[in-house]
Amino acid sequence: MIEVQHVTKRYGPVAVVNDVSFRVEAGQILGFLGPNGAGKTTTMRVLTGYMPPTEGKAIIGGFDVFDSPVEAKTRTGYLPESPPLYPDMTVREYLTFVAQIKAVASSKRRQRVDYAMGRTSVDEVADRHCGKLSKGFRQRVGLAQAILHNPDVLILDEPTAGLDPKQIIETRELIKELGGDHTIILSTHILPEVSQTCGRVVIINKGRVVAEDTPANLTGRLRGSETIRLQIDSGGVDPASALATVPGVSEVHAGDATSEGRMVEVQAAEGADIRRQLASAIVSNGWGLLEMRPVRLSLEDIFLQLTTTEEEQSDVAIDESSPGEAVETSGKELNHG
Amino acid sequence: MGNIFAIAQKELRSYFVSPIAYVVVGLFAVLFGYFYVASLQILVRFSAQSGMFGGMGGPQSININEFMIRPLLSNTAIILLFFLPFLTARAYAEEKRSGTIELLLTSPLSDIQIILGKFLGVFALFLLMLSVTAVHMGILFWYGEPELGPLLSGYLGLVLMGGSFISVGLLVSSTTRNQVVAGVVTFSVLLLFWVLSWMADSSGPTTQTILSYLSILEHFDDFSKGVIDTAHVTYYLSFITFGLFLTAKSVDSERWRG
Repeated sequence: MIEVQHVTKRYGPVAVVNDVSFRVEAGQILGFLGPNGAGKTTTMRVLTGYMPPTEGKAIIGGFDVFDSPVEAKTRTGYLPESPPLYPDMTVREYLTFVAQIKAVASSKRRQRVDYAMGRTSVDEVADRHCGKLSKGFRQRVGLAQAILHNPDVLILDEPTAGLDPKQIIETRELIKELGGDHTIILSTHILPEVSQTCGRVVIINKGRVVAEDTPANLTGRLRGSETIRLQIDSGGVDPASALATVPGVSEVHAGDATSEGRMVEVQAAEGADIRRQLASAIVSNGWGLLEMRPVRLSLEDIFLQLTTTEEEQSDVAIDESSPGEAVETSGKELNHG
Repeated sequence: MGNIFAIAQKELRSYFVSPIAYVVVGLFAVLFGYFYVASLQILVRFSAQSGMFGGMGGPQSININEFMIRPLLSNTAIILLFFLPFLTARAYAEEKRSGTIELLLTSPLSDIQIILGKFLGVFALFLLMLSVTAVHMGILFWYGEPELGPLLSGYLGLVLMGGSFISVGLLVSSTTRNQVVAGVVTFSVLLLFWVLSWMADSSGPTTQTILSYLSILEHFDDFSKGVIDTAHVTYYLSFITFGLFLTAKSVDSERWRG
């Protein structure tokens, strides 16, 4: 449904978006993740036809955004970072105007405006001026504007930014619901949002895609060398040496004994699942196994890992005047990891 | 076509939900009224004088068109020179500042449709502003016997000139997000076009022809005399078209630069 092919956007010599490619299948929700200034908004603006890419192309529902802009734009709903509202119009007037310029047939306008207002629960402010709305309502009116002409594709730039926690949850629910009827790209720098709403994640940093996968795979993949946290009641004995002999264990860090047992962190060799062996080793030593849990990297950890290691690497790389390469390498490592 | 009207309607509406339309149309009426009364007094004094010293048929021989309407329309043109830049300043600048330009540019509209819509919106307000003066002119017809022809041709001249001002205003507004800058630059450009013919007198023959051809004022003169010359109509229409064409280019290049 959405296809981004080698899109590059340069301002002078600076590439804000650099050779970005990804696809989104119909009905999917794609999370577009990256720190501020990574090129998320620029990519979205290219996708919506707001600005042309320097290189590459964007295709929506089979239509190239720049060769057939009207066809592509008719199929796209876009919520920019700040909702594009006219402060002097009431919500209903505004949505009616949007219906007019988005080519909604005049017989259906009223019905579509009512539908969009109902779906985003802005009915109660239908006759208030857009300029007087709270941030939460402004955002929702922006969303109503995006779904008004029933587009196949929704492109939402930080739809939950600036909302209070309750509104954030409501908006996420709404986006998930909309996911059934629309193909959605949603950008954010808030990670739980991605794991909660999106079927796929594209992580972008410094204009390049550094990872693309499902949220579960992304968290799973980085478990490569897994850490298992144990709580053991081993009496006065230090369990480290005994546990180190278990096959597949590469490292053991034992803490001090407390009244609630001893915290031990065991590092497994890559790919090995050592939980059974660990359990039987503990039991055969006559110790009490109080707790065992694998330490999974959260999306936050992955995100930080991806973006910070790159920063270090690219700092070095700038000296070699090829910052792009360093980023790419780390991206590849992750993809094959 | 529907899209163009939707934009025009929105544009016109935006002037009326803010104080802009009321302030601009109101003050235009005040200034026009002042010029009207002032030129009426001059006319009265003139006709009294010619009645006293002329003796060639008395006050009736004073031509209202020549002595009142023509200078009044020229003064109106100057009011427009000051007022229209304020109306066009917000057209694009405000959309850019508030981010609503993203809505317009990502809607299934062509740039031309947006530009024509905006032009028609401002143009409609301008016509409304000008229509206020119909009352004053009506009074002249009630009490005097001005000729209708030169009056109408004068108005046609004003409408065409106003359209040219608006097209320059849109072009300038499309290059900035600051309304004050848009207003001041538009006014300066228009003023330059206005006084372009001043330089004509002291320059060589070729330059002279070019400069006086380009001057907005030169072309207006004939209209106010009651002459509709297709050359002048063509001048204004090409001026408007070229202004809107450059606006389209400016919007497009803004896209590339982001």
